Amino acid sequence: MYHDLIISGSGGQGALFAGQLLAYAAMDAGFQVTWMPSYGPEMRGGTAHCTVIVSDAPIGAPLVRNPQTVIALNRPSLDKYEPLVATGGLLIYNSSLAGREPTRPNITLVGVPGNDLAREIGDERVLNMAMLGAFLRLQPILPLEEICRALERHMAKRRELLALNIAALQRGFEVYPEKIAG
Amino acid sequence: MARELLKGNEAIAEAAIRAGLDAYFGYPITPQTELLEYLARRMPELSRAFVQAESEVAAINMVYGAACAGKRVMTSSSGPGISLMQEGLSYIAGAELPAVVVDVMRGGPGLGNIAACQSDYFQMTRSAGHGDFRPLTLAPATVQEAIDLTGLAFDLAEQYRMLVILLIDGNLGQMMEPAELPSFRQNVSATPEWAVDGAEGRPQRIITSLYLQPEALERHNLNLQKKLAIIAEREQRFAGLYLEDADLIVVAFGSAARVAQNAVEAARARGMAVGLFRPITLSPFPMHALAHLAPRARAFLAVEMNAGQMVEDVRLAVAGRAPVRFYGRLGGVEMLPDEVLRAIEQAMRDTRVTTNGARILNAEVRR
Repeated sequence: MYHDLIISGSGGQGALFAGQLLAYAAMDAGFQVTWMPSYGPEMRGGTAHCTVIVSDAPIGAPLVRNPQTVIALNRPSLDKYEPLVATGGLLIYNSSLAGREPTRPNITLVGVPGNDLAREIGDERVLNMAMLGAFLRLQPILPLEEICRALERHMAKRRELLALNIAALQRGFEVYPEKIAG
Repeated sequence: MARELLKGNEAIAEAAIRAGLDAYFGYPITPQTELLEYLARRMPELSRAFVQAESEVAAINMVYGAACAGKRVMTSSSGPGISLMQEGLSYIAGAELPAVVVDVMRGGPGLGNIAACQSDYFQMTRSAGHGDFRPLTLAPATVQEAIDLTGLAFDLAEQYRMLVILLIDGNLGQMMEPAELPSFRQNVSATPEWAVDGAEGRPQRIITSLYLQPEALERHNLNLQKKLAIIAEREQRFAGLYLEDADLIVVAFGSAARVAQNAVEAARARGMAVGLFRPITLSPFPMHALAHLAPRARAFLAVEMNAGQMVEDVRLAVAGRAPVRFYGRLGGVEMLPDEVLRAIEQAMRDTRVTTNGARILNAEVRR
């Protein structure tokens, strides 16, 4: 198994957190994994992205030119990464904020209304979990339960937020009933 | 111990703690800051010394002082901060004190930028300061290896009373990977017999790098060189992949070696007899092993995230017996496997290296 993806959004949208969660879950499931953040003079409202690679073999470069999957949480991320998705790959974009439809041929395009789903759950801030949930349905590299366990095991500093995050993951997971890739 | 998902900078910090770090002195700079931040929290928890100094110059001189007192001591920085530390690094080397310095490289020269780069190779292998010496320089390529080499760095520093540099770049500092930390070391050694820790009831000890008489300084330098020769003989380390039947050998260290490894695997999948030689000690450079490969390999390709620094050591080792090519990206530009594969193909065409069947071997660390 090998999968690489980029999760991109604006600072504060939780792109790095979503990637870290996936990395923890991949580690717990026994895979090799790398999580590489964008770093630099960036802050809330700036751009933030991370590259996650999950593999059953040792991982060389932690960065990729043409990711198999991109999860774009906002319009600038969609604009930046739409052309970069590998042919045959998957682009999941946050249709609540994208403001346009992507047009790229030869990849699978899936709009997920991340902010709207998160608002339904009760807190717009968990849009990153809704988007990650949708990714796991479309590209089931790990079972959703593994992600939920990892959230509880490694990242739940405040218990009351755990249920909210898990609900958002599940809501995103349920939006599309069939897997369409991989 | 279980696998944990660890950031390179924080993994080095915790590994140093578990190796018995007594005192840390530093100053923040990207992309190294998490290392200092982590220790700012952890060292006081363990009743150990942490000082954020007023500058890198102050920090390295605090390292010098604590090392004189026989304490296990470390600092960390990135290019511009390391440059500020050079006087202190030279004093530590001249006074033959054990100290570990972590350089998380960024783009230069000057203020440059904060992107990952390997442009401090010359600085950290040739001298790390004025005078006639070399530090011992270790270059991990994974978070796990960074942990392992941090422990080794303290061992080597104390065994040889040496300045030991752990050289990584921003990518390895910032990325997270699963890794296993060692247990806390027990029986961390007592104050060494040369340390200045209060002379009451015993003869005075002097630690200095000052030798005003040229003859005395020459003797001192000859002793330093003798030590460096012993280290060069004993401590060369490297890892190899597909070296046994490689016509073209790619040489790369740290993050660049990870990128090169993908390119080498891709070349092998196309039937090209390419291998990877990854120096783990940059100083001493693994001359013996590379020289041993030189007569058989048809060509070498150094791959670095700089304008070509390690390639000079490759040329010294190969000593004209095979062509040595170079590929690099500068200024912190991301280097990716596809471009390294193209550089491999170009180097094979240029040097008329033909391909033969590939035999797959596991990478292993060798000395």
